[in-house]
Amino acid sequence: MNYVDLIKLAVPETIIALTALAVLAIDLVALRGLEQRFRFIIAGMIACVGCVGAIAWMLISHANENAFAGMLVVNPLTQLVKISILALTIFTILLSMNSDFTTHIGEYLALILFAAIGMMFLVSAEDILMIFIALELTSLSLYILTAFNKRDIKSAEASLKYFLFGGMSAAFTLFGLSLVYGLSGSTNLPQIAAALAGKGLDPLLVVAIVMVVIGFGFKIAAVPFHLWAPDAYQGAPTPSAAFIASGSKVASFFIFAKVMAIGFAGKDIQGSGAWHAYAPGWVPVIGIVAALSMILGNLVAIVQTSVRRLIAYSAIAHAGYMLLAIMSHSEQSLASLIYYAVTYGLTTVGAFGVVAVVEQGTGGEKMSDFAGLSRRAPLVSFCMLIFMLSLAGIPPLAGFFGKFYVFSAAVKSGAPDLGLLWLVILAVAMSAVSLFYYLQVLKQIYVTDPGASSNNPLKPTVLTQVVLLVLAALVILFGCTPNLLIGWILSAMGMGPA
Amino acid sequence: MLAWTIYISFIGVLVLMLLPRGNAQLARAVALVFALLGLVAGIAGVTQYKDAVVVAGADKIMPVATCDWVPSLGIHYHLAADGISLTLVLLTGLAAVAGILFSWNIEHRTKEFFAFYLALIGGVYGVFLSFDLFLLFVFYEIAIVPKYFIIAIWGSTRREYGAMKLALYSFIGSAMVLVGLIAAYVVSGAHSFDITELARYPFPHSFQLWAFPLVFIGFAILAGMWPFHTWAPTGHVAAPTAASMLLAGVVMKLGAYGCLRVAMTLFPEGLKEWRDFFAILAIIGILYGAMVALVQNDFKFVIGYSSVSHMGFVLLGLMTLNTIGLSGAVLQMFSHGIIAGLLFAVVGRMVYDRTHTRNLDELQAMGLSKLLPFAAVTFVIASIASMGMPGFSGFAAEFQVIVGAWKAFPTLAVLTGVGILIGVAYTLRVMLKAFFGEPEEKEAHAHEPMPPISPQEKLGAILLIVVSLVIGLFPRLLLDLIVPSFDSPLFDWLRRMS
Repeated sequence: MNYVDLIKLAVPETIIALTALAVLAIDLVALRGLEQRFRFIIAGMIACVGCVGAIAWMLISHANENAFAGMLVVNPLTQLVKISILALTIFTILLSMNSDFTTHIGEYLALILFAAIGMMFLVSAEDILMIFIALELTSLSLYILTAFNKRDIKSAEASLKYFLFGGMSAAFTLFGLSLVYGLSGSTNLPQIAAALAGKGLDPLLVVAIVMVVIGFGFKIAAVPFHLWAPDAYQGAPTPSAAFIASGSKVASFFIFAKVMAIGFAGKDIQGSGAWHAYAPGWVPVIGIVAALSMILGNLVAIVQTSVRRLIAYSAIAHAGYMLLAIMSHSEQSLASLIYYAVTYGLTTVGAFGVVAVVEQGTGGEKMSDFAGLSRRAPLVSFCMLIFMLSLAGIPPLAGFFGKFYVFSAAVKSGAPDLGLLWLVILAVAMSAVSLFYYLQVLKQIYVTDPGASSNNPLKPTVLTQVVLLVLAALVILFGCTPNLLIGWILSAMGMGPA
Repeated sequence: MLAWTIYISFIGVLVLMLLPRGNAQLARAVALVFALLGLVAGIAGVTQYKDAVVVAGADKIMPVATCDWVPSLGIHYHLAADGISLTLVLLTGLAAVAGILFSWNIEHRTKEFFAFYLALIGGVYGVFLSFDLFLLFVFYEIAIVPKYFIIAIWGSTRREYGAMKLALYSFIGSAMVLVGLIAAYVVSGAHSFDITELARYPFPHSFQLWAFPLVFIGFAILAGMWPFHTWAPTGHVAAPTAASMLLAGVVMKLGAYGCLRVAMTLFPEGLKEWRDFFAILAIIGILYGAMVALVQNDFKFVIGYSSVSHMGFVLLGLMTLNTIGLSGAVLQMFSHGIIAGLLFAVVGRMVYDRTHTRNLDELQAMGLSKLLPFAAVTFVIASIASMGMPGFSGFAAEFQVIVGAWKAFPTLAVLTGVGILIGVAYTLRVMLKAFFGEPEEKEAHAHEPMPPISPQEKLGAILLIVVSLVIGLFPRLLLDLIVPSFDSPLFDWLRRMS
């Protein structure tokens, strides 16, 4: 393999990197004199064109390679996940175009793109060294994105919290991965699995696994490593929060599943979290984290008065549901995880888009600021209705099918004695609880009277409305015809529709 | 043709959403047209079924539409109908039309009201016609959300509390159903959610032992089974007239239908073990609902608790496990849907909207029979039907249930007689208090003349009375649909048991 081949494999990432540099340069050279709004639109459009170009390349090329022993794995599945990450990036950029929290537009967009590159490499990595580098690229960009609103002290606070927790967890990850390397003598995931096979759970490996779970648990905001999430979601500029909650989630979950399922593949390392067949290993560890996330996320979300914090706690709960898919580590559960993460990402970006509209209109994002939204901005309210109901898991929306798919895959993986049913029961019960707080938001929007003082209509830009409508349409579409996405995922995994 | 009942309703939702705001008359007319079209489609389906099945003796289950939906999970879009579902489709159509006639006076956000209303109706039609369990579940949940908004926005007494309670009870019930469905899907290994296929699979005894009560209670919550009935009275009281009519008339039937079609069909062995238990709960429901209705001082609470009592007859009929009891249960679903709809229409629309009180003592002081003679006559007829006077549908239905119960559990059948007696007592009491009180002289003058009963109300009332009378005089009209359905392969378990 020479550099030309490598460049060929990394064309999408290269396109994004070049776009990021172009956005920086053009904003610096040509756009300074323009009005803020036009600067954002022009620079944002360039960034979007770059993303679309990368997506188009991935759709056309049919590369299927594994370069440098897992450093860069390109196959239909990684391409699919990357495409969805880029799609989420585009939506994030489009929704940020109307914001006014910064004048450093070129830098802001470039950082979003850099974070996207980090996620793309993360998705393609099957080597722990590469995974760590990509994780850091993503995280560092996201820390800065969180702090980007220099006029708001909350943004700085959020970023500092995110950074401190993140730095700590990176240290955990690195420590765990170094132990894994020491135990197996390899940095490549399949080779690690081969080296660890048959050795059983020695104490050092247990430490390594726990460290790795802590590290990733932080990235996906699972309990008890979730403490940064509510503050980051609340303080960060809305597009940054949306990106942390969507693109970053998709990439992190995908790589987490890969590390656990490929790197620690042996039966004796996996263990079992089944009701009557408990066996030590990483599966029960994840099971506990999943159960805690579902319970704490959903219960704490009930008492939130800030919609952003509510979305943050609901994100923690959703991380719990998705961990269920990692835990059941079957091919079907991987497919269900990707479906869930992608549709969840779309929904959350949309929800943050609505939050941004409300913030611009009322100056706040408390529940009470949403009061009577349905009469002030009917279209935006309808989109929020779709997003919230999808998050609550109401059919025929994507969120419902995602849950259904994850749960049925989990039950199936414990067949024939339905070992994982206890967790699924917990998850279903908790999602019944979650309906309560999602309905609280919708109650404000549709039921509560806004009062005379704030009865003037909100006027979100046409672009924002179109983007929100597209997102809502996608949520409905993927919910009504889940096969569009699932068929694609399964064929990318090399499994025809059974 | 039958499938159009569903599509027409949802097309109606779309049309209503696109109508200009502010034109209430247009919204009402559009809603009425779409409800009527749905009813016509339903009636066309019934004649089609009569021609094909009852006359020509074709397969007892009439296919409506089938296609692949999510092939990788074995989910089909499978609509079909037998006599039981057709009876309930007919009921839904009638209740929908009557409900719109009785909500003609809604001026506040009219368009949205009817959009939610038709969405609910569409979901209900869908449940009755689904022969794929996944599809059935999807429609079942679609029917939950609009109820919340209808009650929370347009309701009266403690509307937000009542709406949320109803939504959470329904969602918890459906969560139990979901767990049961996923478990059944995995255990059967049939890779299909088709009811006819799952019904053929002999689930292990130990599995049925817990799966049956799980799914049965999940559905029975919505059917108002004691002790999970508490959402029903508060929900009915909080709801606007049309929503009470639909709740009692149709939504509670969703639960009972689910019990019969899903829980009992899939898990007959579990049914056998739990039968006595649920029969006792049904009897308690009959007696408890009737006794509580006897002491209520809120007009609507009386009707609300009477619904609990009457739904007890449905559940008891289901537990008799003989054809006569089962067909009585289905007939009772239809009959109660019509009669309870009528009662709620009188209470909510004719009386409450004019007097603004539902307190029986205050109503007694008004002597309403002179002020609102039409309402009084309607209520007397509805009461007589509700008490089970021969000639009305209630008699035909409850008589069959009692005969069935006499065969199955003679002791309990005696208790149902007591239930009927108390039913007569509370109905007479409420009738006397509400309409035939002695007006105090000064009270009578204190009230301004009430707006006369509108033509829409008269039309709706006459429609429901005529239907109840026709079915009471010629129960064969429906029994000819219902009874042959028990010969279909879906009811193999019934024949095995007897």
